[in-house]
Amino acid sequence: MITKRIIACLDVHAGRVVKGVKFVDIVDAGDPATQAARHAREGADEIVLLDITATHEGRATLLDTVRRTAKELFVPFCVGGGIRTAQDAEQVFEAGADKVSVNSAALADPTLIDAIGRSFGAQAVVVAIDARRDQKASDPVREAEVFVQGGRKPTGRRVVEWAREAEQRGAGEILLTSMDADGTRTGFDCELTAAVSEAVGIPVIASGGAGTVEHFRDVFGRGKADAALAASIFHFGISTSRGLKEELQRAGVSMRLPC
Amino acid sequence: MITVIDYKAGNLTSVLKALRHLGAEVEVTDSDLGLVERAERIVLPGVGHFAATKRLDDTGLTGAIRGAIGRGVPFLGICVGMQWLYSGSTEALEQPGLGCFAETCSRFTEGTEKIPHVGWNSLEVRKGSRLLADVEPGEFVYFTHSYKGPVTSDTAAITEYIEPFAAAVERGNVMGVQFHPEKSGETGLKILRNFLGARP
Repeated sequence: MITKRIIACLDVHAGRVVKGVKFVDIVDAGDPATQAARHAREGADEIVLLDITATHEGRATLLDTVRRTAKELFVPFCVGGGIRTAQDAEQVFEAGADKVSVNSAALADPTLIDAIGRSFGAQAVVVAIDARRDQKASDPVREAEVFVQGGRKPTGRRVVEWAREAEQRGAGEILLTSMDADGTRTGFDCELTAAVSEAVGIPVIASGGAGTVEHFRDVFGRGKADAALAASIFHFGISTSRGLKEELQRAGVSMRLPC
Repeated sequence: MITVIDYKAGNLTSVLKALRHLGAEVEVTDSDLGLVERAERIVLPGVGHFAATKRLDDTGLTGAIRGAIGRGVPFLGICVGMQWLYSGSTEALEQPGLGCFAETCSRFTEGTEKIPHVGWNSLEVRKGSRLLADVEPGEFVYFTHSYKGPVTSDTAAITEYIEPFAAAVERGNVMGVQFHPEKSGETGLKILRNFLGARP
């Protein structure tokens, strides 16, 4: 039986893991390679490394960090941030990533999704979407607005419609972040996640708002997520993936255990 | 020496990293038939589209691999590399596979479940598999694919997603896994270690 995935997310800024609330007020949370290895050891099903400042500062992804992090990692490893071209993606794959996540650049030029998929396979392309509910829209959830550049810039695109286009162009997965919930630890946006998950045939990874075990159970149930990403819950020794997964398994969610 | 075949359909880094982590001496080729002829073991990784395996025919690697398999050289196909061991795949009907296994790979049946099958799923290992020796019932491995091989007498492990399918095949020195052992944590490393220890 397929299990739900718990994905440890490392937001990286200038070679260090950081965590902020609603994309601002960031604090230091350690070395990416060390953190990734620890998460894998502690039961994370996958590791995502997002270079959160790469896009707006115009920097290339930190290939050296990727190389160091990938070296002893034998679970799936996804890297995002600053990937603008298929060549950028190729460098990240060569440094040891299994998947790349594209966000701003894919919205600016959606054919980027096709290009990476053609060269590396759909399984290697994750389209990351940052969305905020639009209370002025007739359906604030399905018409949540998509933002780029780390949540700084509105695009006018609607979340469900963009997720469908990404799938048609050959995305293998959607990484959906609720900007309303991100960093708050008050729970995932289950309505938003379910709206996207029901609209596409590819897996949806829910992100933003994790604070308790209940939140994960909700997003796998009501939110129809295939995987959930967590950052703040794992840092500073608050919890481990294994502990979280054991509790979720007891609550009836199918998990990779023992791990 | 392990020869890893590169047919330019995706990323080999993770496979090479895992084999080297286990102490293997690895050579990569996209056309050198000599490296296939001298290989002690051959690994054919693969992600992406079945049609990309045409490159193996164009470069003469298909014939060289067939010859090596005939001489008893242990062979491991991963993901599309496993599917290539069958007669073909409905993903690219014009492109034949190696034909070690007579069946054809096909897409998961459309329905309520998502396709591709992405994530960690468990293995039901059949008795006698050398590749999957010591893999306990219910151990998990990482999959990402939309096409799969049918369950037959050559199936070494079965996984269920939408329907039961061949998670691994094994006949003598010819082995294949639909999942990614290089991304399957300790279980995956154990399986690769078994392959590296398999006697010709």
